[in-house]
Amino acid sequence: MRNLEETYDVVVVGAGHAGCEAALACARLGLETICFTVSMDSIALMPCNPNIGGSSKGHLVREVDALGGEMGKNIDKTYLQSKMLNRSKGPAVHSLRAQADKKMYSMEMTKVMENTDHLTVRQGEVTDILVEDKKITGVKTYSGAVYHARAVILTTGTYLKARCIYGDVTNETGPNGLQAANYLTESLKANGISMRRFKTGTPARIDRNTIDFDKMEEQFGDQKIVPFSFTNKEEDIRRDQISCWLTYTTEETHQIIRENIDRSPLFSGAIEGTGPRYCPSIEDKIVKFPDKPRHQVFIEPEGEYTSEMYVGGMSSSLPEDVQYAMYHSVPGLENAKIIRNAYAIEYDCIDATQLKPSLEFKAIQGLFSAGQFNGSSGYEEAAAQGLMAGINAARMIQEKDPIILDRSQAYIGVLIDDLVTKETFEPYRMMTSRAEYRLLLRQDNADLRLTKIGHEAGLIDDERYEHLLKKEKQIEEEEKRLDHVNIGAGKEVQSLLESLGSTALKSGASIKELIRRPELNYMALAPIDPERPALPEDVQEQVNINIKYEGYIRRQMSQVKQFKKMEKKRIPEDIDYEDVGSLRIEARQKLSKIRPASIGQASRISGVSPADISVLLIYLEQMHHRR
Amino acid sequence: MKTDTIAAIATPMTNSSIGIIRISGDDSLEIIEKVFKAKKKKSMKEVPSYTAHYGYAYDGDKMLDECIVLVMKGPHSYTTEDVVEINCHGGTMVMKKILEAVVKAGARPAEPGEFTKRAFLNGRIDLSEAEAVMDLIHSKNEFALKSSLKQLQGVLGDKIVSIRKKIIHSVAFIESALDDPEHYSIDGFADELKEQILEIMKELKYFLDHADNGRILKEGIQTVIVGKPNAGKSSLLNMLLGEDRAIVTDIAGTTRDALEESIQINGITLNIIDTAGIRETDDLVERMGVDRAKKLLKRADLILYVVDTSVPLTSEDTQISVLIHGKQTIALMNKSDLEPVVKAQDLKDKGFENIVEISAKEKKGLDALYDKINTMFFRGEVTFNDEIYITNVRHKNAVSNALDSLNLVLNSIEKGMPEDFFSIDLLDAYEQLGFIIGESVSEDLVNEIFSEFCMGK
Repeated sequence: MRNLEETYDVVVVGAGHAGCEAALACARLGLETICFTVSMDSIALMPCNPNIGGSSKGHLVREVDALGGEMGKNIDKTYLQSKMLNRSKGPAVHSLRAQADKKMYSMEMTKVMENTDHLTVRQGEVTDILVEDKKITGVKTYSGAVYHARAVILTTGTYLKARCIYGDVTNETGPNGLQAANYLTESLKANGISMRRFKTGTPARIDRNTIDFDKMEEQFGDQKIVPFSFTNKEEDIRRDQISCWLTYTTEETHQIIRENIDRSPLFSGAIEGTGPRYCPSIEDKIVKFPDKPRHQVFIEPEGEYTSEMYVGGMSSSLPEDVQYAMYHSVPGLENAKIIRNAYAIEYDCIDATQLKPSLEFKAIQGLFSAGQFNGSSGYEEAAAQGLMAGINAARMIQEKDPIILDRSQAYIGVLIDDLVTKETFEPYRMMTSRAEYRLLLRQDNADLRLTKIGHEAGLIDDERYEHLLKKEKQIEEEEKRLDHVNIGAGKEVQSLLESLGSTALKSGASIKELIRRPELNYMALAPIDPERPALPEDVQEQVNINIKYEGYIRRQMSQVKQFKKMEKKRIPEDIDYEDVGSLRIEARQKLSKIRPASIGQASRISGVSPADISVLLIYLEQMHHRR
Repeated sequence: MKTDTIAAIATPMTNSSIGIIRISGDDSLEIIEKVFKAKKKKSMKEVPSYTAHYGYAYDGDKMLDECIVLVMKGPHSYTTEDVVEINCHGGTMVMKKILEAVVKAGARPAEPGEFTKRAFLNGRIDLSEAEAVMDLIHSKNEFALKSSLKQLQGVLGDKIVSIRKKIIHSVAFIESALDDPEHYSIDGFADELKEQILEIMKELKYFLDHADNGRILKEGIQTVIVGKPNAGKSSLLNMLLGEDRAIVTDIAGTTRDALEESIQINGITLNIIDTAGIRETDDLVERMGVDRAKKLLKRADLILYVVDTSVPLTSEDTQISVLIHGKQTIALMNKSDLEPVVKAQDLKDKGFENIVEISAKEKKGLDALYDKINTMFFRGEVTFNDEIYITNVRHKNAVSNALDSLNLVLNSIEKGMPEDFFSIDLLDAYEQLGFIIGESVSEDLVNEIFSEFCMGK
């Protein structure tokens, strides 16, 4: 029998959120790329919650967009409702979240994938990776076909040896009943990659026509919408928004769950994987927080042209009959019909400390991975890694240094650094509290932080780059101008201040002082600043934030300076930690396992103390002398 | 590369005649200007390198000591950075005060071995010494860690732990609400937080005010007196105290539940853990339990084992020698005024090398005991850690940094800043306090969020 044999530059295994970004990045950088998916109908599938963004995840999407990725543009095309969360808080925690039309999201992304030069999308299951001399050479599919490639990116999501479970029912499938990928794990293991098993879950989908919305609170989107993509303006994407609905669990719900808790597969031991603490099932919440009288339940549309509704807050793996009973105990859902059951899903993934910060495997040159396969969770986390894996796979082939974002540059940097440095024992989710320098890593300045890097990588065109440079200049000039703007205590000024709920001026003040008052801002003071040039809204926003939070921002910048010092001290890849005298055994083991790229990264490994870092610094200096 | 400026006491922490505080880094001259006034009103920034200057050290307006300052400018100094040495009178308290003033003026207390490390990193020490430097850092840190752990068992440790718990809980609450604003609302939390912070600041200020009494960390040789009942432990203690070598403090219950007394012998501080005081008549092993006795003994740098020579050794003595095995011990043959049943050779046979005859009743043999302690100390057989003093300053520094951070939170609350700004400085305070008990932030916050607040979809 003769098998098909083809040659590409890059093979991407999986076409979820990570796979799509990875494949698009490689193809756009001019590399012949093939992207495999178990089903052409599951490209950019959203098998769980019907939204993109949210706290810190919204930051990731903006960053992906600023670097030239696709997710932001795609959700702007297909959103149903959009909200800026935490608007009353500081700018660092403003987070965009949009409800997505799942089907449209998937279709639009498919369209982009199909119409990108150098990109081939192919239905098929990859069963083997091909490795020679610790170098990747390609993959083999279930049919026996061989695809040679210089780089392979694994983005298998939740499909590897996936099992879906509720009650005592187990389906050997991936999400949404899609075919699981059952062979690749063995090939990875045979090549020395160590695997682990994680679990996650999703609630039921119920029929919109059987819900009594009168018993729920309507949740509207924002009146003024902020697009995810920096390339879009509000007017480009404005639409009639579709509401979500809020209801609550009841004492009866909790009673039903408590009475049936022994029928949960978690208790029977049917589920082996480790689940995320931030995304607990409803039965977890009841057990862990017995004092909470009720939990919120969000009813969210899955799409404009489907009557399926997502029951946010009530994911579960309880048996079908219990699911019915508990959903029916929620006001408004008394007569609800389930369209798809809630279930827990288990899948194989890796401990990402096997990867370099470029997302390439330390042990196999040319093999990269991204997304849930790396032990993260969430569409946004996946897309962010996919984009970076794609960029770095392309750069490896083009013999360029990888692009590695650090913790002071982007949430993406925090995400990847955490994944490759700290051992995580549950699916990793992004949170704003994980970012030490979050005041600098805002969603509003993602373009200012990253678009230059995207341009350098080759994913941002010159026009967009020029636009960014212009924006930078406008911000700088306006801040400089404001240094010299003083406001007298005149009548017009006092009445404006009064109307804004601010105290009157006793004598003249600089406009910057006024901007710093909590109740005031740059925009509101326009009437008493006659020389002010007409500036785009996004420029005004930056000027306002930079002035308002100047002290805090300056403080974080000086912390970043310290941080960068340690990041710059590189550790040679061939270092043998057995040669470093005086390291404690635990530190030696951890360092040998994780093989950090810099002293900074080493210092973040749990079990490596400041004294160990000192010892390491001296050792490096010693090596340096010898060479 | 700009380096921060470090400072430490460079001479042994005994009450010797001269003590040296060493400062190294880019701001050394800046700092010495703030804490030192030369008699001849010279500016230390302008004097030539390798010159000495007479004057007074100050903490703000308060004069601390008369001293001589040596200025050694980089790159021709030990560390190749600007180095300043303050030579003062060698009292431990004076040295500490001057170091604190230096820290207040902008220096950071040096890590163990840090001067040497800098000297090496700046190419001042040759290669062959590098191994030794690494070992030094390693061992000094082990020691510092050990003393940190000692700290942990005390009230201070408990307090710090409970304060940190409060802080992290508040941060977790704020962060949960930011992460999941539709589940948790923090409107109005600022007022509650303010109360809490004021309360915490009060507690931290109390620590700072009392730190000078040696209560943050007690320095000196941790000495435990053991012996079976009626061996004469109490009499020995009374004899030691009665001699009055400056009783520094008696701090029942402040650092641990046993009573502690401090005495000084030829400038060496002994902290005597008065196990005798707890159980005059009872059997050590029975009353305290083997575990507790072990704990006390484990912590000890020196053990004074009192043997009643007028009665034969018993199984209790055997038990004791098992417990103190491997520790620096002086066996005291007490009741030398009575007919001895136990001879020095009997104790030598049991492995005791340092043996001194005393009569607590007749107050005899004290000088011999002092000589013995002195010899052991200067031979390095018994050590206490110089780093402990530094650790102490470092702890104070950490507490005062934490206070600064909490003040910033109060500021943000006053200014009506949004809640996410609070957590930045709260976390800084949390981290600073963590230095005292050797814990860092790492995953604490994320764990607290998930365990205390119900999150998720």
